[in-house]
Amino acid sequence: MATVLVLLERRGGDLKRASLQAVSVARRLAGEGGRVDALALGSGAEGAASAAGDAGADRLLVVAEGTFDPYAPEPYAAALAQAAKESGAEIVLAAGTALGRDVAARTAARLSTGLLSDVIAIERPDSGGLRARRPIYSGKAFAWESIPEARPAMATLRPNAFPVTPSGKTAETVALTVPQTPARVVARRLETPAEQEIDVAEAPVIVSGGRGLKGPEHFSLIRDLAKALGGAVGASRAVVDAGWIPHAHQVGQTGKVVSPGLYVACGISGAIQHLAGMSSSKVIVAINKDADAPIFKVATYGIVGDVFEVLPKLTDEIRKVKA
Amino acid sequence: MKIVVCVKHVPDTEAKIKIAADGKGPDLAGVKMIVSPYDEYALEEAIRLRESGTASELVAMSAGGDEVAASLRQALAVGADRAVHVHDPALSGADALARAQALAAALAAEAPELVFTGKMGVGDDQGQVGPMLGELLDRPHVGNATKIEIASGTFTAWRGVEGAVEVMEGSLPAVITWDKGDHEPRYASLKGIMAAKKKPLDVKKAADLGVAASPPRVVRESIELPPPRPAGKILTGDAETAAKELVRLLHEEAKVI
Repeated sequence: MATVLVLLERRGGDLKRASLQAVSVARRLAGEGGRVDALALGSGAEGAASAAGDAGADRLLVVAEGTFDPYAPEPYAAALAQAAKESGAEIVLAAGTALGRDVAARTAARLSTGLLSDVIAIERPDSGGLRARRPIYSGKAFAWESIPEARPAMATLRPNAFPVTPSGKTAETVALTVPQTPARVVARRLETPAEQEIDVAEAPVIVSGGRGLKGPEHFSLIRDLAKALGGAVGASRAVVDAGWIPHAHQVGQTGKVVSPGLYVACGISGAIQHLAGMSSSKVIVAINKDADAPIFKVATYGIVGDVFEVLPKLTDEIRKVKA
Repeated sequence: MKIVVCVKHVPDTEAKIKIAADGKGPDLAGVKMIVSPYDEYALEEAIRLRESGTASELVAMSAGGDEVAASLRQALAVGADRAVHVHDPALSGADALARAQALAAALAAEAPELVFTGKMGVGDDQGQVGPMLGELLDRPHVGNATKIEIASGTFTAWRGVEGAVEVMEGSLPAVITWDKGDHEPRYASLKGIMAAKKKPLDVKKAADLGVAASPPRVVRESIELPPPRPAGKILTGDAETAAKELVRLLHEEAKVI
């Protein structure tokens, strides 16, 4: 058994789902008789007690005072390090989000300890610490890594790689005081796109377009199908480099590494760096004119055909099924 | 203003990964090595700040064995003024904190206003060194930046977070890690490559910087290739027939819609 501390991330007052997933992992790692402490920072932090408790936290450590709303890396790392000391945690976890990975790395340096990034499987060996599996080379390979001695052993968890296990319990709230830390950089505002798009990193369905679309004006075919499926729009590196669509949509090494339930690759030949980023998707559909395109090697279903003919028909059929 | 850009020497993103005989890492024999792409973005942003006159000196830095010198020469060829090689073969396979500590020791001696690096080294895909440098150097850091504006002693940086852009304001000196921003990294010109051969490349032994060898905190036990995907089905017929069959399979067989 062990004490496990989890950094909670809140956006607009709500706990991030990835944080709750981390709490449920913590519950499993803590084992019988172990304790899960969840750390919530900023005003209204105590509101996390029921959701964190339900996901498996025994205690909610609350730090209300300090530069936590909006996000500032230095006070976050200082608070997490302090909480790790006070809770006596053997293991510290965070969600593998932009914030979680940012804070965890800074905290690991502060505590001179080891950190396993973006893990997709995790366990606590009998001798303590952590052992985890994580994608490397954007998913071209996987590594098993461990932290045998350094404590606390830290890890960030890839969002949606772990389930939330409800317990029906509420966490006991404990106020924590941390020394004031200067915030020499602070998040001033969040700019969200006017039309709220689904981010490829978090989407259950992704429809991606490549060079086979011949020009940015034809990306509407991809958007229409993505919309019909309730999914996000992805893209190959070639079309991002050509300026057809912003980099945030790029799937593959140097873009986003994704593993949705359904990935539809349209007019994408399947360069090795694209395959690295999407080949762990559950179901892959490939639509391409070239029957020899490497994308067909990873496809669950393939259509050898012209995207300009297939996509409109496919979108129509999907709409019929979803109607 | 001085900027130091930390670059990592990594396998080309187009390279196929094979597993080495010991099962603990990739077999790099015959694999082309490059400057990690995110470090190239960092370098490009730094070169632009130097071209606009915001920065006056641009230093490239890397930690590792002899092999990393190639990436430093590349950085010099695209525009860095000089390079610092924190030399210790053990650093090439060391964990993120050990590499960050070695770089931090050399950075402390340089005392730049800005430290740039990529948001992660491709390959290990950790994204740890940048924020660790912030902590070790006692400086603020911004991760995943795509744009920066610098005023006297302060900066504004835009960083990508899930589905949004977070606008960060801070004071210098600072550490910034880069994602792909508005600018494509430039290629080295022939003139640049020739000039790079004459630019200073200081080799500093990690031990001389007072970096003590520390026991590894993170141990890599093994690596493995992803399991092969089962062979797929190719749907035939005209576009309409194939589309109908695909939707049926997604609905009834795969149950994803």
